[in-house]
Amino acid sequence: MGRYVIRRLLQMIPVFIGSTFLIFFMVYALGDPVAALFGDKAPDPATAARIRQELYLDQPLWKQYLHYMGQILTGNFGTAFNGQKVTELMYDAFPVTLRLTLVAIVFEIVIGITLGLLSGLRRGRSVDTSVLLVTLVVVSVPTFVSGYVLQYLFGVKWQVVSPSVSPAAPLDELLLPGVVLGLVSLAYVTRLTRTSIVENSRADYLRTAVAKGLPRHRVVTRHLLRNSLIPVATFIGTDVGALMGGAIVTERIFNIHGVGYELYQGILRQNSPTVVGFVTILVIVFLVANLLVDLLYAVLDPRIRYA
Amino acid sequence: MPEPDPHDPKDAIQSGGGGAMSLATGDAEALGTGPVPGGPASGKARSLWSDAWHDLRRNPVFVVSALVIAFLVLIALWPGLIASGNPLQCDLAKAQEGSQPGHPFGFDAQGCDVYTRTVYGARASITVGVCATAGAALLGGVLGGLAGFFGGWWDGLLSRLADIFFGIPIILGGLVFLSVVTGGSVWPVVGFIVLLGWPQISRIARGSVVGAKQHDYVQAARSLGAGNGRLLLRHIGPNAVAPVIVVATIALGTYIALEATLSFVGVGLKPPTVSWGIDISNASGQIRNAPHMLLWPAGALSVTVLAFIMLGDAVRDALDPKLR
Repeated sequence: MGRYVIRRLLQMIPVFIGSTFLIFFMVYALGDPVAALFGDKAPDPATAARIRQELYLDQPLWKQYLHYMGQILTGNFGTAFNGQKVTELMYDAFPVTLRLTLVAIVFEIVIGITLGLLSGLRRGRSVDTSVLLVTLVVVSVPTFVSGYVLQYLFGVKWQVVSPSVSPAAPLDELLLPGVVLGLVSLAYVTRLTRTSIVENSRADYLRTAVAKGLPRHRVVTRHLLRNSLIPVATFIGTDVGALMGGAIVTERIFNIHGVGYELYQGILRQNSPTVVGFVTILVIVFLVANLLVDLLYAVLDPRIRYA
Repeated sequence: MPEPDPHDPKDAIQSGGGGAMSLATGDAEALGTGPVPGGPASGKARSLWSDAWHDLRRNPVFVVSALVIAFLVLIALWPGLIASGNPLQCDLAKAQEGSQPGHPFGFDAQGCDVYTRTVYGARASITVGVCATAGAALLGGVLGGLAGFFGGWWDGLLSRLADIFFGIPIILGGLVFLSVVTGGSVWPVVGFIVLLGWPQISRIARGSVVGAKQHDYVQAARSLGAGNGRLLLRHIGPNAVAPVIVVATIALGTYIALEATLSFVGVGLKPPTVSWGIDISNASGQIRNAPHMLLWPAGALSVTVLAFIMLGDAVRDALDPKLR
């Protein structure tokens, strides 16, 4: 197990460098941050050159990248163009998005696994068919469509929840946005749980458990569900990173001032330090989540560990 | 790290990239449309393909989704067939008006006919979906197939390269990459989707070729003196391509949704290109007074994505030999 962890950690290093460099390249080499700083006015060449030097932009790209990564490792993400520190923006934005992601994940786990278990146990019956149909439709409706429709229905027509979230973003206001964010993944969790349950219902150990005369609820919870949840657990782990990165659409619909909001503002104004800083953190979250998932998989399933 | 395997749910899900887009459940009995019991008629042996076609023709899910897609392709090519108006010709006096004779879907905020714009919007979505899928499948299929066949350093390099592209959440990557591209035509969007989409296909193709390579008929062909090119094209390729086709079909639907999402956020297609994503984005501000502006393009988008995902599901059921 120890060797597996070390190998996996070492594999992560080139991926991290590659992904962050790609983002860095797109923002700094394809766009022009100094021109963006001046908006639609032409910058004075001398001033532009001075700013370039101050911001380290006169160096070749790989040197800029090394410099930037060195700064990040000491916790300095630079300053946004309006003078605010990028880390300050992060302190405000990340807790909001984390709460939003948390709501989405809890929703996925509770509803998705329940539905998947129900339809897997009643394979081929009407419950199963309707769950499969509904999840197929949910997967096909893009998040921004379901977001607006649910916001309109719950927030405007029936007035059950507030259609837009206040800047403090307390947990109760994030319920509907969290559901919207987790909706597509919910469909995947449901289908994945169902498939896994169906596969494992034919396993030898399950027949043994039934033949031993164990009560049905014990067979289902201890033998069937526990083994079937391995792929589901790994999916949910991967999804944490994906949801945080994908929250930008949901945050825009419900006017939530989280990571996606800051990123969107940063991109609109070509505020490169903000964009690269936030994206770098998100890439780290994504990679670490994937790493943890792989390790979790090895812990849960010994066949991977000793392969 | 275990070898990527197209049938391993974990790998299939990771290959969904940032959006976890792949329909990676592998559920054979989706919608209760499993293979025809009893299988093909005994007697003359049929190839996998004619067998699959035999199954597909009798599968209502396939027939319905194929008809919907045929219709969409038709109006993407010739939108004038069912919409006589001009999507860019608008009358501000009629802004946000509801349905009326000759204009069944009503008008949007600029007074454009929503029906005409919805019909014309199919072209952008279908173009992006088809071109991006073709590009990603070709690039990923060839690279992944070669990596699986030759192995060695090329395989390792390609797998790490694919990991790097997986490390970027897809909507974020789109925002960063497309925000520096000006113009707003379909081609940058297609290019971006190919760029982030090929690793998913290449993983599947690699795993599939690794599996096909070990079969006896490959050894037999090799010992009869077949070269690498002949082995790949005549023996391994045809037997390894099925999973790639399945994943590509499902990906087509998700790429269409991705294009609409990027256009919605404001970095994908831009006016005057007519796109469902742009129309939904424009309509979102007026959802309280004029929900019809949002619902028609949103419905068209959802039906299109659904049709391609259903088609992919049906094709997978027909092509997966494990079910026979």
